[in-house]
Amino acid sequence: MLPKSQCWLLVALALAGVAAAGSGRVDSYVLDVVMGAGLNIILAVSLNLINGFTGQFSLGHAGFMAVGAYTSALLTTVYQKPFGALFGNQPWLILPIALLAAGLVAAVAGLLVGAPSLRLRGDYLAIVTLGFGEIIKVILQNVEILGGALGLNGIPTPLSRGWATPILFFNLGIAILTIYSVWALVNSTFGRGFLAVADDEVAAEAMGLNATRYKITAFVVGSFFAGIAGGLYGNLKGSITPTGFDFSKSIEIVVMVILGGMGRHVGVILAAILLTVIQEPLRKLGDWRMILYALLLIGLMLTRPQGLFIWPLWKRRTV
Amino acid sequence: MSVLLQLDQVTMCFGGLTAVGEVSATVNEHELVGLIGPNGAGKTTVFNLVTGVYQPTGGKISFAGQPNAGLKAYQLTQRGIARTFQNIRLFPSLTVFDNVRVAFHLHLKHDAAHSLTRGPKFQREETELRERTRELLSIFNLERVQDEPAKSLPYGDQRRLEIIRALATQPRLLLLDEPAAGMNPSEKQELMKLIQFIQQKFRLAILLVEHDMKVVMGICQRIHVLEYGRKIAEGTPAEIRACPAVIAAYLGQETQPNPA
Repeated sequence: MLPKSQCWLLVALALAGVAAAGSGRVDSYVLDVVMGAGLNIILAVSLNLINGFTGQFSLGHAGFMAVGAYTSALLTTVYQKPFGALFGNQPWLILPIALLAAGLVAAVAGLLVGAPSLRLRGDYLAIVTLGFGEIIKVILQNVEILGGALGLNGIPTPLSRGWATPILFFNLGIAILTIYSVWALVNSTFGRGFLAVADDEVAAEAMGLNATRYKITAFVVGSFFAGIAGGLYGNLKGSITPTGFDFSKSIEIVVMVILGGMGRHVGVILAAILLTVIQEPLRKLGDWRMILYALLLIGLMLTRPQGLFIWPLWKRRTV
Repeated sequence: MSVLLQLDQVTMCFGGLTAVGEVSATVNEHELVGLIGPNGAGKTTVFNLVTGVYQPTGGKISFAGQPNAGLKAYQLTQRGIARTFQNIRLFPSLTVFDNVRVAFHLHLKHDAAHSLTRGPKFQREETELRERTRELLSIFNLERVQDEPAKSLPYGDQRRLEIIRALATQPRLLLLDEPAAGMNPSEKQELMKLIQFIQQKFRLAILLVEHDMKVVMGICQRIHVLEYGRKIAEGTPAEIRACPAVIAAYLGQETQPNPA
């Protein structure tokens, strides 16, 4: 059902997971990087639905991620008792449900932000979503129950229970689910409407497509997965702070989408992996890391503005 | 013949400028009607009013007996009004096939949730739509380029694809905005045949805005003439050709020297 290149990628991802799990003790450093890649895939692929396929330039993805992260963190720390009791104090059940809640709350936030602002286009929408991200950050920094600037700590992580292998598969599973959802949504007669809206909104309306509905759908679905990624992030790290979801995180995700090629499935996944992995060797450089990273981006934009992973062979095809 | 589209004293003002003033006109079922006038006469504004891009500042438009007031462009398309644009507006990055397929969307029963679950009903509907898209493309000999992006087509094919895409919404009224613009004489001949063929084959009414008099006079059953936003004449091609007001609008009036 999926295009071939994507099948191979999924197989490779699964194999990487199996290999990591099969090596007995998973090196916690490697685990951390793989999980980070999984998170970035979820974020980049979901943003690709909004920025790439539907052509709505959003700069607020980290904001939705934050909404999800705090939802799930609250449920598993501050409201741990009533929430845990609701699901029989089963840790393996609590995490997925907390993540689902994270996604749903983020989706509602997406609807609330999207519905009024999606009539704006291009730069204007970018500014509104940027503002939303900042508002979220300021709210998080100032609300006491959310821990203020210190954030929320002591989130129970599955890693502390020694569940490294299951959580790895869980993480990659959600990444695969995200990839599938966005792919399936876009690859149908209904879904071609997203691309049509991106190409020419006036013509899309003239063909009977409700452009606003398409944009809101993309926004809500994208925010849903961003929220799940946020929840997962918090539950892996054990602590979250408002500054972890600031503007630079949004930019990081946008960069993945642009480098992978707007509206490309495989390219964006590869870019998410590449940008996660490339951070690691650069870490030794300390503060120079961000400068090198920025130079790398400038160089890439100058030489391959259409995206790193676009080759003539990988045409968008009629599925 | 029953009236399909009715404009009743329609007025459109942009600030102090009256682009269209108190225009009344009709298009009957299965009729090919021309809308002509010099540059800036308000033809495209009439199109935008009929298709819901603008809401008229005065007067009423009704389609198939129902008022159009307050409906958005996509809702009017759902009711059976399709259009092409003066400057071609295809979906440039989509393939030729997808350009047409997406226009079939109107008659789709599945939505986002079905796209995700991909059940048997979804599959059946997709297969059927793909079949119909292919069929429509093959009528116009475009199936050989169906996997090319629309932007890579030659100009004439882009024009034709835009018409095909409009047809895929299964309209009762098709509005063509200067389809012959930029075409050479032989392409214009082809286009005239194409328009007549479409009207016969799909049994629809067509409202045609066009500058090329050969095209308009050659195929239209009835013609409305606009000048400075006002309707100055209506009639068969022969009547319009002989109408002094129309001749004056196009060629200018001979000013009488003042017998002083």
